[in-house]
Amino acid sequence: MIQARKRFDVWTNLSLLIFIFYILFLALPLFTMLFKSFYNGTTGELSLAYFTKFFSKPYYLNALWNSMKVTVSVTLLAALIATPLAYIMSTVKIKGSSAIQILILISSMSAPFIGAYSWILLLGRSGVITRFMKDTLGIAMPDIYGFTGILVVLTLQMVPLIFMYVSGALKNVDQSLMEAAESMGYKGLAKMRKVLLPLITPTLLAGGLLVFMRALADFGTPMLIGEGYKTVPVLIFTEFISEVGGDDGFAAAISVIVVLFATAIFLLQKFVANRKSYTMSALNPIEAKKKKGLGNIAAHIVIYAYTLLALLPQLYVIYTSFLKTSGRIFVKGYSLDSYRQAFDNIGDVIQNTFMLALSAIVIIILLAVLIAYVTVRRRNALTNTLDIFTMFPYIVPGSILGIALLITFNDKPLVLSGTAVIMVVAFVIRRLPYTIRSSAAILHQIHGGIEEAAISLGASQMKTFFKITLPMMLAGVVSGAILSWVTIITELSTSIILYTGKTRTMTVAIYTEVVRGNYGVAAALSAILTGITVISLLVFLRMTGKKEFTL
Amino acid sequence: MSVTISIQDLVKKYGDATVIPELSVEIKKGEFFTLLGPSGCGKTTLLRMIAGFNSIEGGTIKFNDKTINNVEPGKRNIGMVFQNYAIFPHLSVTGNIAFGLQNRKLAKSEIASKVEDILKVVQIEQYKDRMPKNLSGGQQQRVALARAIVIRPDVLLMDEPLSNLDAKLRIDMRNAIKALQRDVGITTVYVTHDQEEAMAVSDRIAVMKSGVIQHLGTPQEIYQRPANLFVATFIGRTNVLEAALTNNQGTRTLRFGESGYQEPVERVNIPEEDAAKPLLAVKVSVRPEEFVISEDGTGIRAKIVHSVFLGQMTHYFVSLESGQSVEITQESTSARPLEPNQTIFLKVKTDKINIYDARGELNYTGSDRP
Repeated sequence: MIQARKRFDVWTNLSLLIFIFYILFLALPLFTMLFKSFYNGTTGELSLAYFTKFFSKPYYLNALWNSMKVTVSVTLLAALIATPLAYIMSTVKIKGSSAIQILILISSMSAPFIGAYSWILLLGRSGVITRFMKDTLGIAMPDIYGFTGILVVLTLQMVPLIFMYVSGALKNVDQSLMEAAESMGYKGLAKMRKVLLPLITPTLLAGGLLVFMRALADFGTPMLIGEGYKTVPVLIFTEFISEVGGDDGFAAAISVIVVLFATAIFLLQKFVANRKSYTMSALNPIEAKKKKGLGNIAAHIVIYAYTLLALLPQLYVIYTSFLKTSGRIFVKGYSLDSYRQAFDNIGDVIQNTFMLALSAIVIIILLAVLIAYVTVRRRNALTNTLDIFTMFPYIVPGSILGIALLITFNDKPLVLSGTAVIMVVAFVIRRLPYTIRSSAAILHQIHGGIEEAAISLGASQMKTFFKITLPMMLAGVVSGAILSWVTIITELSTSIILYTGKTRTMTVAIYTEVVRGNYGVAAALSAILTGITVISLLVFLRMTGKKEFTL
Repeated sequence: MSVTISIQDLVKKYGDATVIPELSVEIKKGEFFTLLGPSGCGKTTLLRMIAGFNSIEGGTIKFNDKTINNVEPGKRNIGMVFQNYAIFPHLSVTGNIAFGLQNRKLAKSEIASKVEDILKVVQIEQYKDRMPKNLSGGQQQRVALARAIVIRPDVLLMDEPLSNLDAKLRIDMRNAIKALQRDVGITTVYVTHDQEEAMAVSDRIAVMKSGVIQHLGTPQEIYQRPANLFVATFIGRTNVLEAALTNNQGTRTLRFGESGYQEPVERVNIPEEDAAKPLLAVKVSVRPEEFVISEDGTGIRAKIVHSVFLGQMTHYFVSLESGQSVEITQESTSARPLEPNQTIFLKVKTDKINIYDARGELNYTGSDRP
């Protein structure tokens, strides 16, 4: 029997199908957005009008400038805080360090806008801490709104990410590198600066990129706590959903500018990181040692204080969810009223969230397994392109993807706007990478020979995949899927663009209730969301036996 | 420059577990001194105590007359080569080698010329601008070595530096290390579990087990007159035979098993309390090359099990009449190797074998050199 092309098998067909999915739901929307940014709806001509409008008005440029200020400050500050924390945790034995790592992980996985809203409750104009300081101590607290507030909330949100990255890198630094430096007379700060810092620089760059992209894309935080301080995601949102007839084309143009800016940063980071990359694997990893005296006490205080600070917003929201409410304000005493209201009035948001997220997760698992398999085992031009496609969600902010999908599928031939499908598609595209990454990682560890062994014993390709490869991949797939799941249920920036009355999710409900000042219900929903997140993460930790992960 | 390292009653404890109990040894100036032993014997622990990375729970370590117990590693003026080289991955070859010098307030030009010199010595000039990830294992090894000796240390410490290299490179590198050490004359403490490597490079070897030095001597002494059965079996290959040492008015005879094969022995030192006994049960260490196949039909009766031809030597695995299996080596001849099941008679070279007490702790055999 003659086989014309041996490689042209069932995997090629599957790769093609996935490729078409990406073309349809990622490439096409992004191109549509690009087109709309040049297309004038009234005259039907292509022009640079939207771009000139953006760059000629200080109002818009200011938002871009604000975004950059926020993003750069948050990234630097988060790295500056997280690195010493990770170093302390890696070198000093802290009592309860396992629990602390889990708590830090949990704090990083909650929706940032819940943090913003909680900090308003704590430090806002009539926040508990503000009032306490003013009434009892007579100290006026600085204003939490605007740049400061965004900076505080986002930094607190991002520190755990860099913390986990750096902790992971420190595990790969061999103790003997430190000893080599010591034997040559380097100690203390000189040792850090000359050896440790350069070694974790690639990791800092990777973590920094992630934080940068997240801070750039974050919509909920500046919306809630920014007040007059407009950043680009807020600008896009208001331009798009403006009550006085939003301007799709202009929103698209701003989106294009943001995506280009993000791509430039992404490529710059890759360029720098590639020149600085080296693989390390530690024979004798750095160990956390018992310290004595003042240093030990200081280390404990710093770690405990930070953990408390990171969890404070979550804890306070949960606390307020049990407060008695009268109308929209909290009154003395405790009750479950907020929960009752949450279930009665908007109970279907919980159901919606589960339905949408579960549908998305099923598709994500299916696609991720296939994509991981073809990109790891069948490298060719098609799968390489797929690999690049899966990177896009890192660069394209959620609200922009939402807008792109909406303007693409608003008209015939394919009308999806307002349906649950468009929500699920958006979730899949955005959160697929987590599951692909962990599935691919585990597949890299499975020797290809094991599949060849099965085939040599007469099993078909499909049978080999389902009976041999998939069971071995399962742990990686599931742990990735849990991360995708958690990030879907805490997602706001895409849902807020795409939702309609029937597809309102919990995060959207929390956001709208907060905006309406209905803090009791918002708190109850947040508490439920936090509960689901924590349970999911505990399952994740149980499954992987790890205390951290990389996103 | 070089120093004498005096170690007195040194104790290392991890919690309640004593890893090294009261160890004393003096490492001479300029000597290539090797700590050899199976894993877990405390050799690396001892090295790291000399380096200053492990705490000292008792006793003293002196460099010449200076006690260095509480001196931090950076101030001991040591050069250290780590098992995994510990090359800084973010620095080039030159950057790695210059690293220690940069901390010593030297002029830039002086650092450059020192680096240049050492690059020549370890023969990696052509790689000076490379990053470590672009170096082979052997080249990384040379960088590690250069980095350790460029600072002109008083003591060079090496922790299993060759264990990550392949067999052939290991032999090349150990010759290079030995030659280099001879040229620069630094007091060197070298840790390995490879006895052949230890023999090849060392002036003296300390064979360790359970934190105790079992035998301290030159490679030749340790191979030919191992202090106890542990050392005899750890260094090289050997067969241990049960035998009886009889004493007939001062004439001592070694008798093997039931065969009645016996040989007179001279130069045995037996402790006073046992010296007068007419019969002593002993253990005899006979290395494969210390057996002779007897031509006259006397000796221990044995049967060939199988043979392995290894070029210069032929190894025979034989079964003694007692049922014990032993290994013997013979220089290969042009004749055919002996066939399996063939019966032979074995004698031992009495001047080479070692006779131990029944517990294998004391070598009765006297020194060849008085």
